[in-house]
Order: sequence, then structure tokens, then C-alpha cells
Amino acid sequence: MSHRDQNRASGRSTLPSYLVSEPRRRPDPGTRELTRGLGWFSVGLGLTEVVCADALARWLGMPRVAPVIRAYGVRELVQGAGILGSHDPTPWVSARVAGDALDIATVLPGLDPQNSRKDNVLIALVALVGVTAVDVICARSLSEAPLAPSDKVRRDYRRRSGFPRRPEAMRGAARDFKPPPDIIGPEAMRPWTLTNA
Amino acid sequence: MKALVWHGTQDIRCDTVPDPKIEDDRDAIIKVTACAICGSDLHLYDHFMPGMEKGDVMGHEFMGEVVETGKGVNGALRKGERIVVPFTIICGECDQCKRGYFSVCERTNRNKDIADKVFGHTTAGLFGYTHLTGGYQGGQAEYVRVPFADKTHIKVPENLSDEQVLFLGDIFPTGWQAAVQADIQPTDTVAIWGAGPVGQMALRSALLLGARQVVCIDSVPERLEMARAGGAITIDNSQDSAVERLNELTSGKGPEKCIDAVGMEAHSPRALEHAYDRLKQAVMLESDRAAVLREMIYVCRPAGILSIPGVYGGLVDKMPMGALMNKGLTIRTGQTHVNRWTDDLVKRIDDGQIDPSFVITHRAKLEQGPEMYKTFRDKKDNCIKVVLRP
Repeated sequence: MSHRDQNRASGRSTLPSYLVSEPRRRPDPGTRELTRGLGWFSVGLGLTEVVCADALARWLGMPRVAPVIRAYGVRELVQGAGILGSHDPTPWVSARVAGDALDIATVLPGLDPQNSRKDNVLIALVALVGVTAVDVICARSLSEAPLAPSDKVRRDYRRRSGFPRRPEAMRGAARDFKPPPDIIGPEAMRPWTLTNA
Repeated sequence: MKALVWHGTQDIRCDTVPDPKIEDDRDAIIKVTACAICGSDLHLYDHFMPGMEKGDVMGHEFMGEVVETGKGVNGALRKGERIVVPFTIICGECDQCKRGYFSVCERTNRNKDIADKVFGHTTAGLFGYTHLTGGYQGGQAEYVRVPFADKTHIKVPENLSDEQVLFLGDIFPTGWQAAVQADIQPTDTVAIWGAGPVGQMALRSALLLGARQVVCIDSVPERLEMARAGGAITIDNSQDSAVERLNELTSGKGPEKCIDAVGMEAHSPRALEHAYDRLKQAVMLESDRAAVLREMIYVCRPAGILSIPGVYGGLVDKMPMGALMNKGLTIRTGQTHVNRWTDDLVKRIDDGQIDPSFVITHRAKLEQGPEMYKTFRDKKDNCIKVVLRP
């Protein structure tokens, strides 16, 4: 089912979407900057996790989680691309919050007293909690951004035609204009039916 | 005098700068009565165009009253006369000007050597638009020096208001030329990417020139609403696939004519394509994003025409040359030969066929310019076109 069909099915609009625009969230510039920053952070972290998974696992004293870290790196790369490339990054940032929870759950067992590198695990956990906080703030700001245009704030441009009559009546009003041949292209390159009309 | 001055990326300030003076016999000094922020000013604001220097005065869409003329103006302009200034500075004497190709005037770019190196050959000097095009001070100021003023002006009737004629300096003839060079026929579907000010002018021009169907593609609701007011069918490409909808609207054949009124900062609705372009831009492997060009080439009906008024500054990547060549598409592009169209367009405004002031959504004082740049860039407050009054 296409997006348009889904809209129709959900009853959000009875008109085709080329006649009606659904309101979209418009976050403030600060949130947009933060989102962009998180996107690039995701890409950077993802690359690091993919390339240095073994070294990271050893640093944490958890060598067996190296494949998991590498998979998380791929996840980070996908999320980063989604955040940077999509018109609405809200779901991608929310996915980061869920990913943070997974990261914390994966690292927590490293606090085992038998792990000689549990200090490193603690550092990683502090960093993860910090990043999670930023992700949560960003996700909330995005999901709470005002819907624009809403009926309340939207300016009405429905009468901004610039024409003295309705547009349909103005169709071809400038047909008296003779397009210069050098601008519309050489005669020999124009459609045969036009040059021979 | 007060002027909007470029200080760096997203840093424009209203500063006090020295008043302009006559430097050449063909100069005139204009007291600006109205000026506008153009979409292409945003390429400078975001620093996508190279060649800006700290201290440059912004603005290339302005009009005003002649307050002083050089000896060489020879009566072409008189003190007190009200004129609109085209954004392209023209000598009126070189081979290109004589042929009506004013935007590639061979004599007005005083940094011709740089332009020759970057573009192969120089183009015309432009107001407030990088040192690549002459480094001339712009018109978002109280006064402007207009070089080659005996030719670089558009006279306007007294009965028309500033807001009715201001856009003769850029966006109206730009939209008009975009439609004219698409060689519109009564059977044509014209698809226009971008419902910003140039897109709005282009779609109305296409309608006036008799297109059967005009379709406008954008993702900003208020811009789409204004496009519908002008008679266009609209596609919100954040919701629908433009390619799919255009094919639906043309029985699967594609639009005969496609106009790119977006340019180098295009956003692809496809996340991966957009991320790819942003990444390549970030690592300087391309300067301009070609999302609209790719889509136009893909969806245009074979043997159709692509008209590109949108501004590009450097290199794009992943151009589908196979589709372009095999479909036999024609590309027509260029900065606008403003003075070539303005006599006719002044007459159309005077006759009441169109009133270009429909596009103005925000009016402010020059001092509020820096804030209005942000509002316009971020499309806040449903902003589509800003007019500033010094």
C-alpha cells in the first residue's frame, strides 16, 4: 500500500495529497543542529565500531562481544544515514534511544568484579548515559516541535494568484508573446510537427 | 550608510559602511527605496558559493531613485528618476550584449580572470554576488553604485508601485525566461521543481504562455498552497513520489517540459540519496547537490526540454548521462538576460495581466535584514519572499 493510500485509509484526508498537504513538524534551528550533530556522531561511532570492534572489546575486557559491537556499528551507520537523509528524523533519533538501551545492556555485565578492566566499562557506561540523555532530549524536542502549518498559525495564501482573474481564465493570456528563436533553439531542432505546422 | 554586510557563514549584519561614490563616468548612484532577499542570496548566506569576502554588501534585487550620475551616462538617466536595477550588470556594447545575451556580458566582470579560470569564460558582473562575478557591492543598502548605469537599468512607469515592479530586477524575468526557453506548447505538461519565488513566477509564466497543465513539486505546505493559487497542480514530495505522480498526471508519458527552480541546495526526498549527496559535499567531492536534475532527467518525456534557472556554482556528481542522451533531452539554462524581457514584462504588469507582488509574504526594515535572512532560510513564519525598506 502506498503512502498516499495509507493516508486515505487512515482517514486523515479524503482528498488526494496533491491537493492537501499534511502538516509536518518543524523543529527549531537548535534542535535541527543537534539532530544533525547526532547524525554525524552516529556515522563516526558506527565507523569506529565496525573498524575497531576487536580493540574496543578488549579495552572493555569483554573480548567475546566483538561481533556484537561490530553489528552495533552497522546499526549506528544506518541510523546516522537515516537522521542525515530523511525529511523527518524523529523516528531515527528515537531508534537511537532504543539503541542506547541495547548498548547499556550489553556493557553492564562487564562490571563483573572478575573483569580486570571494569574501570573502562564504567567510563563507557558514563559516556553511554550521557549520550542517551542527549538522544532523549533531541527525540523529545523533535516530537514536541510545533506542527506547521496548523490552521492556527498558517498564513492564508489561497488567494495569492497574482492574476486579475482565476488562473484557468489566464491560461494562454500571453500567447501574443513571440519566443525569440535563439532562445527556444534552432528551427532544425524543434519538433517536426511544429516546424511544419 | 546602513547596509547588510556578509561576515561569514550564516553571519550577515546590518553595518554602517562608507557611502558609494562615482568611480567611473558610466556610474550612477541610486538611493534604494526597496530591496529583496533572493533565494540565491541564501547560497551566499550558507556559503555554498565560493568567492565571498568579509565586508561584502549583499543584495542583487533592488530599485530606487537616481541621485547622482557620471558624465558618461549621457542623459540615459536623470536625477530623481525611478528605476529597477537588473541583477546582471551589462555594458550594452560587447558582442554578447548586442546579441541579447546580457547575462554573459563580456566586459562588466572586473574579475574576469578568475571567472575565466573557474568557468572557462567570464560571465557578466553581478551585484553583491561574490568576487567571481566582479565583487560589486550589493543593493541591500541605503545607496548603491550602479556601474554601466546608462544600460544597467529598467525604467518603470510612475503609476506602478515599488512592490509591483521590484521583481523585474530578478525573479520575474528569471521565471519568465525559464518558461520561455522551455518552448511551451498548448499540449505541454510543465513540471516545476521548487515553489519558492522563482518557481512561483515560472509557473505563472508557464500558464500565461499557454501550458495545458502546470505541476509544481515542493515539500513546504504554504509554498504549495501559493502554487495552487496560481493554477498549478501540486505534489508534496515529502509525501508522494514526484516521479510516480508526474507519470500518473501524464498517462505514463512524463512531462514534456521540466524546470529546475531549486538549484545547488536540492534535498532529495530519498534518504539514502540525500545522505550520499551531503556526505560527498562534506568531503568536498561535489559542491552542488543534483537531486532535482537527476529526477528531471529521469521523469521528463523523451525529446523533452529541461530548463534550469536554479543556481549551480560548481560540480555535481552522479548525473544520469545515459538517460539524458538516450532520451534525447535538451537542456537550456543560464543566468537571466534580464533586460531582454523587461520591456514586455513591464507592459504585462501595467496591463494588469499579472501583479508580481503576490509573492511578498514579509516586509521589514533594512535593519531587520539579518533576522529576516534567518526567517527566510528556515522558512519560518510561512516566509516565501522578503522585501526590505531602507
